[in-house]
Order: sequence, then C-alpha cells, then structure tokens
Amino acid sequence: MKDLRTRLAAGEVLVGDGAWGTLLMARGVRPGEAPESLNLTQAGVIEEIASLYVEAGADLITTNTFGGSPARLRQFGLDGQTEAVNRAAVEAVRRAAKGRAYASASVGPSGHLMKPYGDADPVDIGAGYERQIRALAEAGADLVCIETMTDLAEAVLAVRAARSVAPDLPVMATMTFETTRRGFFTVMGVSVEQAVRGLSDAGADILGSNCGNGSVTMVAIAREFRALTGLPIAIQPNAGLPEPLDGRLVYPETPEFMAEQARGLLAAGVAVIGGCCGTTPAHVRALRGIVSAMRS
Amino acid sequence: MSILSDIAASLQRGEDDEVASLVRQALDDGQDAVAILHGGLIAGMGVVGEQFREREIFLPDVLLAARAMYAGLALLKPLLAKDGVPTAGTVVIGSVRGDLHDIGKNLVGIMLAGAGFDVVDLGSDVAPERFVDAACDHGASVIGLSALLTTTMPVMKDVVELVRARGLQDRIKIIVGGAAVSDAWARQIGADAYGYDAASAVERVRALARTPA
Ligand code: B1M
Repeated sequence: MKDLRTRLAAGEVLVGDGAWGTLLMARGVRPGEAPESLNLTQAGVIEEIASLYVEAGADLITTNTFGGSPARLRQFGLDGQTEAVNRAAVEAVRRAAKGRAYASASVGPSGHLMKPYGDADPVDIGAGYERQIRALAEAGADLVCIETMTDLAEAVLAVRAARSVAPDLPVMATMTFETTRRGFFTVMGVSVEQAVRGLSDAGADILGSNCGNGSVTMVAIAREFRALTGLPIAIQPNAGLPEPLDGRLVYPETPEFMAEQARGLLAAGVAVIGGCCGTTPAHVRALRGIVSAMRS
Repeated sequence: MSILSDIAASLQRGEDDEVASLVRQALDDGQDAVAILHGGLIAGMGVVGEQFREREIFLPDVLLAARAMYAGLALLKPLLAKDGVPTAGTVVIGSVRGDLHDIGKNLVGIMLAGAGFDVVDLGSDVAPERFVDAACDHGASVIGLSALLTTTMPVMKDVVELVRARGLQDRIKIIVGGAAVSDAWARQIGADAYGYDAASAVERVRALARTPA
C-alpha cells in the first residue's frame, strides 16, 4: 500500500469507516461490558465487522480500541491485558484489510476527568496513552486515530504520546464540538482555533472533528478548520442525534443524506471523510461513491 | 449587596473556600440556614445551570461551581437537620447500569436535597434491582434515573419494567434524565416524568411525590 502521507499530500481524499458500537451490540455486547474485550474473546466478530467496512470501500479501518487505554480498561478489570487487547484489535483489522485499507488505531478519552476538575493525574493519563499506542504500533497499525476528545489537555497528551512512542506513524486527532451562540466549542470550552493550535503544536498530522450532532453542522466546522490550518482535515460525523422510536433509539441521517453533505465537506477541502455513531457500512458505501465520483 | 447574593456570586465563580467562609459569616450574622441555602447556594447554582444550558459557560465552570456548592452545603446540612425542616419525601437516584456519567445526576441530587428531599444516591453503574430494592428499603416514592449514553438509555426501560413486574407502579414513580433523554423517550419507555435539567427535575419530582398513591 502507498504511504498514507504521500497520498494525502497528493490531494487524494480518503474514506473512513463507520460506527462499531452498534454493530458490536448487534452481535451481543451488553451495556456495562467492555466492547474491547471481544478483541480477545471473539476476534472473528471483530474481523467480520472490519471486513464489512473494507467491502463498503473504506480506506481507513478503525481498530476496536477506543476504550483501550489502561485507564479505561481498568474500569472492567482489563488493564493488565492492555497490550493483548490492543494487539488483537490491530491484527483483526489487518487480516480483514489484506493490504487494501489502513489500520487506523483508535485512541479515545481516558474516561477520567483530569485535575483540577477531576481526580486523574495527567502524568498517569499520558503514560497510559504511551502504553496503549506502543502496543498498537508494534502490532502494525498504519496511523494513530485520536478521537472524540473534548478536553484539549488530554488530546495533547495523547498526540504527544503517539509522537514519542511511534514517531513514524501519522497522527490524526479529532475533537467533538457543540454549536453555541458564540460558535463551535467542545463541552469543556475548547474552540476550533484552540484545537487547531494545540493539536498542531503537539505534532498531529491530520486535524478535525468527529461525533457531534450530524453532518450538516460538520460542514460548517470543516470550513472553520480550513480557514485556520493548512494540514489535512478529517471529518467523521454522527448520523445525526439519536431519536427515540418505540423505546429504541434511531439515528436519523440516511446514507443518501450524509452523502449529500459530503459534497459540502469535499468543497471545504476535507481530506478524510468517514462516519461516527449511527453510521453503517451503507453510509460508508454512499460516502465512497461521492468521493470516487469527485476523483474521476 | 447582601451576603446571600455574595454567596451566590462566589459560587458561580467556583470559589469553594470563599463560599464556605461566606456561609460561616452569614451564620455568625444570625442568618437562617434555610435562607442561606435558597438565597445563596441554590440561587447561584440555578444561574450556573441556566448559563451552562445556554453554553455561556462550559463544563469546567459547572464542576467548580458544584464543588463550591458542596462546600457550602456541608456547613448547612447539620443545621438543616437540627432545624427539623420537614422532609419533602424520599428519592432514590443513580446512573443506570453501564453508565459512569454522574455529574448531571449529582447536580440533580444537590438540588433535590436543597429542595428538602431525602436523597438516597446509589452512585453510578447501578443495576435495576438495586434501584427498586433501595426504593423499597428507604420507603422512597420516586426513583430518579440518569443516563448519558445511547447504549445505556435502554436500561431505563428495564427499571420501569421491574417496578411493574413487582407491582409497585402505584407506589413508586420514575423520573428519567440525561443529555440524550427526552420527553418522547420517557413516554415511550413508560416513565412517569422527564427532567430537562436539575431545576426542572426538582419541579417534576415535587409533582410526583405529591401524587397520592
Ligand atoms: C433523575 O432525573 C434526572 C433529571 C434530569 C437529569 C438527570 C436525571 N440526569 C441528568 N439530568 C439533567 O440535569 C443535568 C443538569 O442540568 C443535566 O445532566 P447532563 O449530564 O446532561 O449534564 C451535565 C451537567 C454536564 N455534562 C456531562 O457531565 C457530560 C459531558 C460529556 C463531555 C462527558 C463526560 C464529562 C464524561 N464522559 Co462521556 N461525556 C459525554 C458528554 C458530552 C456532552 N456534551 O454531554 C458523552 C455523554 N460521553 C460519551 C461517551 C461515548 C463516553 N463518555 C465516557 C466517559 C466520560 C468521562 C468519565 C470522561 C466524563 C464523565 C465524568 C463523570 N464523572 O460524570 C465513556 C463512557 C463511560 C461510561 N461507561 O459511562 C465514553 C464511552 C467514552 C470514553 N470516554 O471512553 C458520548 C456519548 C455518545 C453516545 N452516542 O451515547 C458523549 C455525548 C460525548 C461524545 N460526544 O462522544 C441534564 O441532562
């Protein structure tokens, strides 16, 4: 496979995958269970989901390691298995990708609030990220995907950890913004401008946003990023905000709707387009269609 | 400015030490604990909640304000109990199984306690059985469920169904809340009320606790 950085530098747009949580739940993960435990107990299921996204046309396949930092795994008594959990996730994706897609190593929030707002010590959080990312890199991840961050200090710790233990891997770092009357901010109060500055200074190669309230807002967020940075931008929206329907929750944005918004993302110069909560292989297939049509 | 509005303002700035010393000063001045609670702490926290809802302030400000509220509340609690202020009822609250988010639930708990309820806080990641058992043990008429994840919201329905299965639906009412929870969700899962924020949760719980069994 061609080098990821080379492709982005040549102006190619890459397609990310969609949600994992819902597909895992459909295969038996219960609330209160660590989705990452399946990497060890049911690697076949992980490989199957990865294959669905490879077949849908994704270039980047996210590893099932969003909660794979020791701080998160400790909540399930799994921190002793940090290396094994992360290694197995990368291996499953690599088996499914067979060289057709990159293994994008997901690194999510630690699940703890750092001092002074919570009890977590930034030194521990940073060391935990180093441990997780070292395992991901050694297993053969192609890039590090730091995602769904709302606290810039924590996101910076993760980017620095990646830079220090996996200096050769590209680092993508995306945060989750809300719409306020004064513009886009994370719930911790981080603006797009602060995110761009903090993440670039820490050494991220690709910046952007994931999760959030849907693809329409993301077009506006992408434009704001574009105005502030020359680095490649990654955007992976939710399929809208979940709506209650007969005691279940459904995400409202259809693949067609999201693909239509993807045109706006492409126009804003986004380099990586994928999905987050509520998106499916069908959404990814639709995004792939738009991106490929633009290229030809 | 009165000392009560000083307390409210200091709480909004998240100054926990200052809030504590102002509360002490107010008590020394002979102010009534209930008046300090309402005119100072609850008034200040109400503004914080409102400003957060409008995203004029962000989560760090809310967390610091909540800490300041605790600092004040800790001084008032023993006095409130001594005053023998009649309790408005007992409420069992918690975040549902699988959910570790407790900031919103804690705020709801603080405001309910402020409004005179006996609050039994079961913490987070609470199994349906524990909610119902605790409500029975403490003679609570209301269970308050908090959930912030789309993956844990369905657990709320399990609690509603457990209350029904045990034939307790006339004695125990259920209120639900949390960022992605809505009125429609509450109705669909058969909960008795939905709390949009801590202030509205207090109103709803008051109404539920008043409903004759
Ligand atoms: C009983 O009656 C009532 C009545 C009213 C009630 C009520 C009950 N409960 C609440 N209310 C209402 O009154 C309160 C006061 O106005 C309000 O409460 P809220 O809780 O809504 O509001 C609080 C005052 C402030 N809001 C909050 O405290 C939540 C803020 C956000 C940023 C958030 C935080 C802080 C955290 N998180 Co989490 N977190 C997010 C949140 C994003 C967001 N924008 O909401 C959300 C909810 N988290 C999410 C996720 C995915 C996760 N989080 C996780 C962990 C955490 C932290 C530990 C880091 C931390 C929680 C710390 C804690 N002790 O609570 C993980 C899960 C842990 C778990 N198993 O529960 C983890 C899975 C990810 C991870 N970090 O690994 C997302 C959920 C997405 C989804 N599809 O469901 C999320 C929307 C962020 C995102 N965009 O990804 C009302 O809703």
